[in-house]
Amino acid sequence: MKARHKRGLLIASGVLVLAVAAGLVLSAFQKNLVFFFTPSQVVAREVPVGKPFRIGGMVAERSLQRERDGLTVRFVVTDTVKSVPVQYTGILPDLFKEGQGVVAQGKVGDDGVFVATEVLAKHDENYMPPEAAHAVEQAQNAQKTLIGN
Amino acid sequence: MAVDVTGINWYKYSAPRTFYPLAGRLIPWFAGLALVFCLIGLYIGFFLAPTEARQGEAYRIIFIHVPAAWMSMFIYVVMAIWAALGLAFNTRLSSMMASALAPTGAIMTFIALWTGALWGRPTWGTYWVWDARLTSELILLFLYFGFLALEAAIEDSRRADRACAVLALVGVVNVPIIYFSVKWWNTLHQGATVSLESAPRMATTMFAGMGVLALGFWMYCIAAALHRVRSIILERERRADWVREAA
Repeated sequence: MKARHKRGLLIASGVLVLAVAAGLVLSAFQKNLVFFFTPSQVVAREVPVGKPFRIGGMVAERSLQRERDGLTVRFVVTDTVKSVPVQYTGILPDLFKEGQGVVAQGKVGDDGVFVATEVLAKHDENYMPPEAAHAVEQAQNAQKTLIGN
Repeated sequence: MAVDVTGINWYKYSAPRTFYPLAGRLIPWFAGLALVFCLIGLYIGFFLAPTEARQGEAYRIIFIHVPAAWMSMFIYVVMAIWAALGLAFNTRLSSMMASALAPTGAIMTFIALWTGALWGRPTWGTYWVWDARLTSELILLFLYFGFLALEAAIEDSRRADRACAVLALVGVVNVPIIYFSVKWWNTLHQGATVSLESAPRMATTMFAGMGVLALGFWMYCIAAALHRVRSIILERERRADWVREAA
């Protein structure tokens, strides 16, 4: 075996060992790397107790309510399995909408309501022109009507 | 002498002396292609591509953001490969290529982070969050800075090459982490729009604009790296006869 082959082998095995080490570290930190918890995790109490955390999911359809002060909003975050009611006082991002993704930071109160201090909109990886979005919406509505009947 | 089927003696160009004029001849081609692709891509992106249904015009940052982000990761991998070749075969030019790529990679990473922040504010409602995608991309920027700092800190360029190569190889584990972060963990950053497994999740014109701009960015990065490697060759080979004769 030539010296350069030996060095190449050494480098390759070094990178391999490193990759395995990184993989182990990442799997060990799996829980701490989570940016937000899902409503199912919140309901199952798999969230930090007494500490602020983030909850992520979809804003449930027809759940958005505005209080009289004009700043406080109530809505429900759902992952289609479980739902958590959220209360927030402040300005919502432009993309915040019923049926769209959302990430909120805050704490769960004694009454089970998640009191948010910050609300961020999460958008998905789909980009389409308004006409296409309109067509998708119509198709979904048609499907809903079919299931409804 | 190893000569392959193409009839070109590739080993010939592994010597800085022969690579220097070759790089000089290639630069105008890559720079020209970069200009053409970028102009076409920008035209498609800003004049032909439709408005996005939910984000309106704000989504057009994608035409700069995604090509820059792709290049930031791709350049790091290429840089690590050159560094590894330099380490294994002790070829001077490989290490010079790695050094030439680092600043361009850092710029691409910076552009990706900066445009991402400007995009995040109107869409998510924040410039920055510490989610896995954003944090790992920031680590990439620090890896590039670390590479450049380490190189500048060691006087002997051959020793600097070896130290930098180890750093580049250690840092390469971060690239798949960046790429898969949106798959492995819950992040605010959305998943991949363009991937090998499925059709692009965007309108065809949008994808075309992004693709052509990515090509433009790629050509620019090659031109910039070749230009830089020529300077590095002259600097390191300043005592060689051919450089003295040329000067």
